[in-house]
Amino acid sequence: MHDTVIAPGGADLDVDVRNLTRVEGEGSLHLRVSDGAVESAHLEIFEAPRYFERLVVGRSMDEVIDIVARICGICPVAYQMTAVHAAEAAFGVTVDPATVALRRLLYCGEWIESHALHIYLLHLPDLLGYPSAIDLAQHARATVEGGLRLKRAGNAIVARIGGRAIHPVSVRVGGFSRVIRRDEIASLRADLAEALDLVEATIELVASLQPPVFRREARLVALRAPDEYPMNHGRIVSNDGLDIAAVDWESMFEERQVPWSNALQAFGRDGRPYLLGPSSRVTLDADLLHPRAAAALVRHDLADRIANEPNWSIAARAIELVHAVAEAIDIVEGYEPPTVGGVPWTPREGIASWATEAPRGLLFQRFGLDADGRVVDARIVPPTSQNQAAIEADLALFAPTVLDRPHAEITHLLEQLIRSYDPCISCATHFLDLQVEETS
Amino acid sequence: MLPVPPPAPADRQAVRHRPRIGVVKFASCDGCQLTLLDLEDDLLAIADRVDIVEFAEATSRRSSGPFDILFVEGSISTPEQVEEILRLRAVTTTLVTIGACATAGGIQALRNWADHDAVRSLVYPHPEYVESLATATPVADHVAVDAELRGCPISPDQLREFVTAVLAGRRANLPDEAVCAECKRRGIVCVAVTGGVTCLGPVTRSGCGALCPAFGRGCYGCFGPRESANGPGLATWLERDRTPTDVARAFALFDAWSPPFRRVIDAAGGPPGPIDGSTAKEPPDA
Repeated sequence: MHDTVIAPGGADLDVDVRNLTRVEGEGSLHLRVSDGAVESAHLEIFEAPRYFERLVVGRSMDEVIDIVARICGICPVAYQMTAVHAAEAAFGVTVDPATVALRRLLYCGEWIESHALHIYLLHLPDLLGYPSAIDLAQHARATVEGGLRLKRAGNAIVARIGGRAIHPVSVRVGGFSRVIRRDEIASLRADLAEALDLVEATIELVASLQPPVFRREARLVALRAPDEYPMNHGRIVSNDGLDIAAVDWESMFEERQVPWSNALQAFGRDGRPYLLGPSSRVTLDADLLHPRAAAALVRHDLADRIANEPNWSIAARAIELVHAVAEAIDIVEGYEPPTVGGVPWTPREGIASWATEAPRGLLFQRFGLDADGRVVDARIVPPTSQNQAAIEADLALFAPTVLDRPHAEITHLLEQLIRSYDPCISCATHFLDLQVEETS
Repeated sequence: MLPVPPPAPADRQAVRHRPRIGVVKFASCDGCQLTLLDLEDDLLAIADRVDIVEFAEATSRRSSGPFDILFVEGSISTPEQVEEILRLRAVTTTLVTIGACATAGGIQALRNWADHDAVRSLVYPHPEYVESLATATPVADHVAVDAELRGCPISPDQLREFVTAVLAGRRANLPDEAVCAECKRRGIVCVAVTGGVTCLGPVTRSGCGALCPAFGRGCYGCFGPRESANGPGLATWLERDRTPTDVARAFALFDAWSPPFRRVIDAAGGPPGPIDGSTAKEPPDA
């Protein structure tokens, strides 16, 4: 099933890694080398399409919140947060400050759960040479158990606010489906206190790693808010001077369909790929990190490696873990419940559009709405479909530096590089835009 | 080293050695297999007692079988998936479907009401690049299924109970009762009767702990119909102060393709959204 086909033919080389493992969803890598030069590096996504943009047509935005969560079992909160903010912006709804804080706490929970999953169950075992976290646990059980407890702390936040860790139920246009009580939030304290120790230990562990060296300059894109590390709102900025409103995503970026992928690929309108996610955020929003996370970034001198070395993305995730846990504790300590769960609202015709920072990067959604507030058309652009082109560009740069190695090692290094972007293929596949046009 | 398996008991499929476990997915969000990793405290303890030989999301070790127990996530929605589930069934002793996609088709089964060619050419500039079936269907439509765990996503408690039961060689305790029963046990005031909220609790199988009513919402049926659920009966009651279309939209979610829910949706002429796949926008030029 996991057949790796490497067929050298003179100076030609075909590397074909079918069924990438330890990524979320189904994909393959196909690399073609001719005369020692990389001819093509394709991340092939064959995950079955589910047509979400079609499934939400005719639905209210509250229904959309429940439906788009199912795009991804790892980051359902990201889809819900983007949709709920899009709806409230379109309907002119202003929510209670306690609701704003709770939504940020909910997002912290998802970042913690998702980053802990990737670091401890997917990436760390890989960088240490184990085929899985279960194998790693046979040699370093306490480490894996610590990672699982950290993940549990993130899940506990989502479950306390949303009822369950996956596909939470309480997020509604206008607020939450009921008041989230002070005692419910306070009950998170013990887990988060332990989590704070665990994230500090995670930073020490991650900083001691020696991932394969691969430096390159990338175009990094993330949200940036004036007052906080970006989660639920912000402008879209880049390390080469881009600065636009989030709702203007479509003016600067576009999606294309390629024959080897069931996910559309996004590019800047100038044709250049760009990279989203923890490394981009830590680089572009470093000054907004929680003091604990900012201190860890400086203490281990990680900023340069995070910005320029994709294999160091694990450090960006670790920095964001510190941030998310520290901020979650602050929110829990200061939580004053609102008097009502949600504020009333009335639908109206228009465009509901927004972007938030999913664990894997910027997630953009736009819904055209009729006078009853029902969806007429939709566009959903998840981070992994935007990162595909950047991943392929990096693979094409990296591959020539390792082509002299044994074949098994080449494939392992390439697969490891792909894993470092934490691609969520289940997310990426389901977005098929109504307007995209590929002229060939 | 694997221990030498003792002789098999003659009369049941109780697990008699370190069972070979596989986890595979078809069209789905990965949330149900993630629930296995979400067992957190118990995950390593379970891994001590079984061999997880196939679980692409978690391990780079791969196996194409045989499997003592195979957890299957996702619905069958491409020609390759039809072939793959047949192959997997042939090398599996106990095949367990996990979640609404595998047991009922999932949210993507809403396309079963639509004109697939129209949908596909509408959403893809190059529909010829994409192979997918007109339908997204439950695993049981294709092969025999030995056990199922319901939910969107599945309940970690039910998963833990199932794995424990398998390891102990006993039958898993997965009650088939309405969400209403759990709701009453938790002492939650009925959101349908007192709040006038649309709630599918009476026809939906328990397992979530009456989650939505506990959060002030009506149940949206994500564990699918309980046995002998009377979907049209509940629909008739709901239609006293709602249109059939609005009642149908409540059923047209994650278990829409399950027969008791499907009957309600069919009676209303299909789920929300145009069934020919058309929208206000023109399809893109290919």
